[in-house]
Order: sequence, then structure tokens, then C-alpha cells
Amino acid sequence: MNLENMYQEIILDHYKHPHGKGLKDDFAAEVHHVNPTCGDEITLRITPNEDGTLTVSYDNQGCSISQASASILFDQLNNVTLEEGTQAVEHLIAMLQRTEEPNEDILGDGVALVGVAQYPARVKCALLSWMAWKDAAIQAIGKGE
Amino acid sequence: MAPLDVAKIRADFPIFDRTVRNDRRLVYLDSGATSQKPRQVLDAERNFYEHHNAAVHRGAHQLAEEATDAFEAARATIARFVGAQPDDIVFTKNATEALNLVSYSFLNATIKSARGKALPEGAERFVLAEGDEIVVTEMEHHANLVPWQELCDKTGAVLKWIGLTDDGRLDLSSIDFSERTRVVAFTHQSNLLGTVNDVQAVVAKAHAVNALVVLDACQSVPHMPVDVVELGVDFIAWSGHKMLGPLGIGCLWGKAELLAAMPPFITGGSMIETVHMESSTFAAPPKRFEAGVPMAAQAVGLAAAIDYLNDLGMDNVAEHEHRLTQLALDALSVISGVRIIGPTVAHERGSAVSFVVDGLHPHDVGQILDEHGVAVRVGHHCAWPVCRRYNVPATTRATFYVYNDEADVTALVDGIKAAQRFFGVGE
Repeated sequence: MNLENMYQEIILDHYKHPHGKGLKDDFAAEVHHVNPTCGDEITLRITPNEDGTLTVSYDNQGCSISQASASILFDQLNNVTLEEGTQAVEHLIAMLQRTEEPNEDILGDGVALVGVAQYPARVKCALLSWMAWKDAAIQAIGKGE
Repeated sequence: MAPLDVAKIRADFPIFDRTVRNDRRLVYLDSGATSQKPRQVLDAERNFYEHHNAAVHRGAHQLAEEATDAFEAARATIARFVGAQPDDIVFTKNATEALNLVSYSFLNATIKSARGKALPEGAERFVLAEGDEIVVTEMEHHANLVPWQELCDKTGAVLKWIGLTDDGRLDLSSIDFSERTRVVAFTHQSNLLGTVNDVQAVVAKAHAVNALVVLDACQSVPHMPVDVVELGVDFIAWSGHKMLGPLGIGCLWGKAELLAAMPPFITGGSMIETVHMESSTFAAPPKRFEAGVPMAAQAVGLAAAIDYLNDLGMDNVAEHEHRLTQLALDALSVISGVRIIGPTVAHERGSAVSFVVDGLHPHDVGQILDEHGVAVRVGHHCAWPVCRRYNVPATTRATFYVYNDEADVTALVDGIKAAQRFFGVGE
């Protein structure tokens, strides 16, 4: 069934065993994003490093897709630059809008989120943490300058 | 009492001719959000547009006359359904707007009074002072909470609320009305918990301190006999689309002397008496609150929905839902890992059944149910504080109506078990 395209084994693994969950005490910017239709929430913190990369930490609650997506975000966007991260966020959006083919070099396990595109109501779940990252990253960079 | 003939009822609803996801039978358990519409309602709207369409209360032509007659006849049908007089029914776009109409009457009366402007006779009942109290409950839909929060913010009135017991009922012992209590706004039936509140008990306490009572009847008027006089409230608000009627029409009923004392909310055409460049005077209710060309086709459709419900008999509708609710509560309570949020007994309870499944987020439960053709609502159901009260991020909610039967309850149960298997939780 189509459902298995969305709930791929790799997604369920991230959901059950999330990577990097837990907030770091040290941060330059913190954001709290919610999905008001279902109550999914994420708190995400960014700390800029001297080499221009950004360290991310987060804590969240929500559905399997939003949880797995945040775990994948940690894999892909922890300690990358604003430019690299923004490119990944934009590619994820494009993939979920079906305007770009999944690129594993950019998204890693995130390519498995492609099945979400069939369920428009779930796209927000997949994007929640990534939009939070972008928001926090821009704030953190702004504060550093 | 006569049992509903669900097969015959379903045949009246064209939507049940279609299938959903993978050619599954549609099991529609989301009537609490919006109900499906029988052919009789769709035909009534179509008939209006095809034969009588015109802007009501305007025009010197035959069609305008017929449209106006149809619109006002619909108002009379709707009024009778809740034991009201036609002139005390105001049409709004939905229940949310109806509740805002009341809250804005307070705001507008307060502002105009402070500026020494003319107000209708009796409007002092709507003038708030800093420190006055508005009381809601912790189980309100956002539509009966946020407008009152806003009103308090703008006027300096204080928002208070009645708490809930652990088993999903109003904690009537926490009622603390005072002579500063000006409004008590609460729901007849909780859209999330399913709880049916003891309206008369709250009304008696509210009226003892001379507070006005506003009842959100969105989840009661479609599902049980409701009589405004018997309830003793001052206002009730409900929507048409949850009771087999069209989208885009809601109703406010208010006591005649209160409606007459209220300043207008939305202003413009139709609601005036005289207009000059400097100022205007306003029509009597209900027209005072119906600015612009009204939703005549929707009113006609809603009246057809009421005819349909009357044919079924509201006592029979309530009994049918009560039976399905009992079945659902019994069936869900024996699934390991499923917890009902709200009263676990069908007594003084409607058909909104919310639940959580251990180890599964409601969004995921809803997704698997959808795959099985079962349409439910997931999330906080516009009642976020209720979720916080019971310490759940969200719930899955099934609601039952006239076209649901035992097979739908079974489909819900099977779908929940399938979700547990899919995610490897439960037994």
C-alpha cells in the first residue's frame, strides 16, 4: 500500500530511535515552532562555531513523521554552514512539492521522506523541524555579526 | 422511540456512493467537524438557485419576493426547531461569527458608552467595566474562548474559567460567580470530550448574579432535542453544516429584549434604518445583525436539513447516537493501550469519542485509519487547553451521526488494532 511509501522502515527507525534529541545548554538562538493543526512542537537551538558551521540541538513532540524528520535533520544539518543547511531545506521543500527528485547527497536518509508528498496534510509535519532550523540559524548568524 | 433505518438514510447521502483510499467503503466518523449532506438539502439549494434566486429584502420583482419568502420561511423553520421565535434568530456565516457577534456587542457597547454615544435602550447590560468578570470553562472550543479573551484584553474585564474533573466533567464545585460576573459562556456538549453539561445548573447560578449566559450549542443542536426556553440561557450559537445543512450559515438565538439592546456588529447595507452622511440608525433585530446580502440558499438548505432531522425525530437521533457511543466506548475500552479522553460512560455524554493510543501519535493513528477508509479527526480539535488539562498533545476523535452504524464502530476498532500492529505497539 501507499502508506508504506511514507512509513518506510528507515523513517520508523528514526522515529523510534531519534538522533541527537535533547537540548544543549549553550546556544545563540532558540526557536519554538508548532504545527497549530495538530499540536506538534519543537524547540530548536543553534550555536555558531568559529569555522562558520552551526551546532544544532532540539527537543520535540509529535507524530512519527515530524519526529523522524527532526532526527534526520540532526544527521544532515548538525555542524554545517547556513548556506549548506539552507540548500538542504530548500531541496526538502522542493522534493515534498514534487518539483525536484530526491538527492541523497543533500538529504541523506531524508530522501525517505519523499513518500510524505502523497499526503499533503503531512508535509507540514516533515517540514516543521527544518523550518525551525532555518529560522534559528538566521537568528544565530544575525546575532554573531 | 423508533430505531433509525441507517441503510435507508445512507441512500439519501450521495457521498456514500463513492469510495476512498484503495477503493474502501467510506466510514465517516468526522461529523463533529462537519456532517455530510443528504440529497434533500442539496436539492433544496439547487431549487432555490434554479427557480427563486434573487437578493432578499431588496428589489421590486417577483423573484425578490419569492427569495425573501423562502429565506424568512427558512428562518421560521429553524426557529421552531429550537423552540424560538423567528425574529430572535440571527443568521451568521458560522457559529464562530455568532459568538463573536455577542462578544463584540459587549465591546461596542463599552466603547460607545465611554464616548457618550447613543446606544439602544437596555444596552447597559453590555457595557463592561474594568474588573468585571467573564467566565468560560476549560472545555471550550477556541471559538468560545478566544473571543472572550480578546474582549477582556480590550476592556479590562477579567477572564475566569470553570475547571474540569479527572473524568471529563465540569467541576461545578469550582464555580465562583460574583456580582462582577457579567457573562458565563460555555458549551452544551464538549467537541473533544463529548461531555454534555448540565446547562440548567450553570444557568441558575449565573442568573442568580444577573450574568448573561451564552451557550455554544454546535455539538448539541444537531444531535439532541434542544429548546431554548427550557434551557433558560440568554444566547445560543450553532452552525448549520454540522447538522446536515450547508456550509456558510450559522445561527445565533438571543432573548428578544437582549438582541434589541445590542449595538450592531458588522455594519453596512440591510442593517440600517436611516443613513445620513454624518451618522445612521439601525434596524430592529434580526436585520440589525445581518448586514449585506444574506445567504438565502444556505438558509433554505438548512431548513431542509431540519425537515430531514424532524422526519427522523430528534429523540430517535439522540437514542441512535447514544447506542453507538455506548458500543464505541465499550469496544475501545477493551483494546489494550487505548485510553479514552472524556467520560468513559455514555451517561450525559454525546457521540464525540476522543482517545489516545499508547506509543502512537494521533496523527499516525488517523493516517492508518484513513488507509482503512475510516475518516476521523486528529489534533487538539480547536480545544488546546483541554488537551493540556489531560496532559495529551492531541487526540484521535471519532464522532457518530445518523448515517453511522455498528459496522462503522467495528471498522474503527479494526483500524486502531491495525495501527497498533503497523507500528508494533499494543498487544
